[in-house]
Amino acid sequence: MNKNYFSFFLASIATLGCSAAYAAGGAVADEFKWMTFAVFGVIIAITMAVTFWAARTTHTTSEFYAAGRSVSGIQNGWAIAGDYLSAASFLGIAGLISLYGYDGFMYSVGWLVAYITVLLVIAEPCRNIGKYTMGDILAFRNDPKKTKVVAALSTITVSTFYLTAQMVGGGVLIKTLIGIDYEISVIGVGILMLAYVVFGGMKATTWVQIIKAVLLVTASIILVFLVWSPYGFSLPAYLQAVVGDEKVVAQVAKLLGDSAAGMSKEELGQRFLEPGLFLKNPIDQISLGMALVLGTAGMPHILMRFFTVPTAQAARTSVIWAMGIIGGFYVLTLFLGTGAAMLVGSAKIASVDAGGNMAGPLLAQFLGGGENSMLGNFFLAFVAAVAFATIVAVVAGLVLAAASAMAHDIYVGVIRGDHATPKEQVMAARVASGIVGVIAITVGILAKGQNVAHLVALAFAVAASSNLPAVFLTLYWKKCNTTGIIAGMIVGSLTAIVLVLVSPNMTYPKAVVSAAKKVLDGEPAVPAKEAQPAKPASSFTCELFALDGCVASAPAKPASVEKPAKPGVVEKLAGLNAKLQPLEASLPALTDPAALKAAQDDIAKVKKDIVATEKAKAKAEDDIKKFEGQTASIMGLEKPWFLLKNPGLISIPLGFLMVILGSLFTRDKRAEDMWDELYVRQNTGINAEAATAH
Amino acid sequence: MSKSNINWMAIDAHPKFQALHRKKTFFLWGLMVFSIIYYFMLPIGAAYYQDLFKTKVWGVVNVGILFALSEFVVAWTIAFVYSKKANAEFDVSAQEIINEVKSGRMQ
Repeated sequence: MNKNYFSFFLASIATLGCSAAYAAGGAVADEFKWMTFAVFGVIIAITMAVTFWAARTTHTTSEFYAAGRSVSGIQNGWAIAGDYLSAASFLGIAGLISLYGYDGFMYSVGWLVAYITVLLVIAEPCRNIGKYTMGDILAFRNDPKKTKVVAALSTITVSTFYLTAQMVGGGVLIKTLIGIDYEISVIGVGILMLAYVVFGGMKATTWVQIIKAVLLVTASIILVFLVWSPYGFSLPAYLQAVVGDEKVVAQVAKLLGDSAAGMSKEELGQRFLEPGLFLKNPIDQISLGMALVLGTAGMPHILMRFFTVPTAQAARTSVIWAMGIIGGFYVLTLFLGTGAAMLVGSAKIASVDAGGNMAGPLLAQFLGGGENSMLGNFFLAFVAAVAFATIVAVVAGLVLAAASAMAHDIYVGVIRGDHATPKEQVMAARVASGIVGVIAITVGILAKGQNVAHLVALAFAVAASSNLPAVFLTLYWKKCNTTGIIAGMIVGSLTAIVLVLVSPNMTYPKAVVSAAKKVLDGEPAVPAKEAQPAKPASSFTCELFALDGCVASAPAKPASVEKPAKPGVVEKLAGLNAKLQPLEASLPALTDPAALKAAQDDIAKVKKDIVATEKAKAKAEDDIKKFEGQTASIMGLEKPWFLLKNPGLISIPLGFLMVILGSLFTRDKRAEDMWDELYVRQNTGINAEAATAH
Repeated sequence: MSKSNINWMAIDAHPKFQALHRKKTFFLWGLMVFSIIYYFMLPIGAAYYQDLFKTKVWGVVNVGILFALSEFVVAWTIAFVYSKKANAEFDVSAQEIINEVKSGRMQ
């Protein structure tokens, strides 16, 4: 029966592939698209072969959820890296560095430091105590049914947020890269991922993640080698070239706006390597840092990876390897990002994708020889295929985590009261994976065009405010009990979600409409202003919330000269067209090739400006139409009430506090009685779940 | 060694286990606190000590870049130090306790 289903999946993937081959548009030129599909095909074929092999050895629950606990430490380290380096960190961070320099690099640090928490306090105890899910760890000494329900809900919430961000981001990414329709991309990613998870379980998922991580690291090393070798692998010489580049100087000048007026070229270039071009609110950064450093250790799909290794020592080895790979990768991104800024240029990167996600792929194309070269397009095809594999691998890990919470915690643990037969358990796991997969595809399609970037940060914030306090205090605090866990998880996750709903991440129609009106109607002249010192908020609470009587903080502003009025788009377009006509009229009269070339370049530039202006006009008109008559966000607010983008600073301490209070005010005999066993077992590994031999 | 006949309370109270517990707690908390302080120095420095971060020390390479790179080195060093210590000491102590439990001396 299994075999028939497997062939059905292969057939549907082939059909999708054929329909996708007709796709037009995207960063890869049409005539080179076959290369992308060839690389896609090879990667899909290899991962399908692995899945077929894994499916033959996946019969028990331990094999389905935990790959029979037979994954070695090094393999698991690569798989963790594969699970963690999502498209957001692989393309997103390189993009941030290419647009904002130093701040992008600084942003990447927290994603690695997070693993210190995982290594020191989570990995080994979880391996020694856990079985398949986070719910198992919490249920060890707390009331099994109650904690499993709460743990499963939290796991499903975190996974769904992260999953939606991956699906939507992935769909957009594939559309931008190769022009496959958004819906087809989402369905394609969904079906492939389902094939890996449903048939091959954790073993196939692990190997898909390993393959993807190896491809990603290899591609990055090759690109960095090409970028860095002209400078003899010297860091100062390379960065000297970056800051001296015209395109980098232009990007910094654009970011700084008026305050760039008095700066020399050297100063502007150097500014690219200095903080403050992107991350402007240090309190928000600390809040994000807390969510990353504590949230990674509470991510259900990362926790689950530690159940796949045979011993606590192997869990330790796997985190060390993961830290080496992930950290090394982020150091490489410094070169990918700055290289893209220098060689491709920030303006071009942002014109393909405003968030900078195309920095890596465009750099690959440039290094291979440019837009019209065979090798350049092969490089681009390869990076595009790796990006695709990345999305599928990350989504597979998340679906498995959500499905295990559904099948193992809710169905087997709560509904069947731990009395399900082994066969029934594996069936439940496969069915749950199918359900979660279909939900992921549906949500992905429904969320098309929605603003989902904040969902990744929200997933980490919920994991840090709900899962981590519960797991950490269960493992290390004697007095922790069921009431505390439930109170902490519910309050922690709800606080994080509610704060994000009233934060600047949401869309506020008034602000969108006023920005659109500025584009359409232009802006009035602004008189010259004197320099202003930085102004702190009237109190710390006012840094966080928009309360009555609060004076918001403001950064220091240098003196600015008088700004003339900015014309509206209609006026601007008329001006550009007026400029274009004499230029075009002058062409036939030009005989000198140099002058002809200069005139043609000017025309191309004006035409590009016209296209960009028209695009801005269309977007502004669209926005006004979309938000016509609306004045409030989905929460009924005209402007954000919570001022940080990340809720961690408030929701994480609150999550911990609720676990502590809940535990101190109630008594739970089982939680107390089981403490000795839990503490001895997590430190020694006595009676830990054993590996199944093959 | 079935689940029922192990006296967990006795093991927990045993001096050898208590010694392992103390060593581990001290070491892990030390590393954890140090790593968190070191990490948050980066956003705080980038926001409030910009002049220091902008100081060029090696060609165009400034303190900010070296400090960000040092975050990676420090993270790797913590991982290395912990795994050394765990492999050499914690695992050995844990194994001794397991052996005593198995041989029936610690019950």
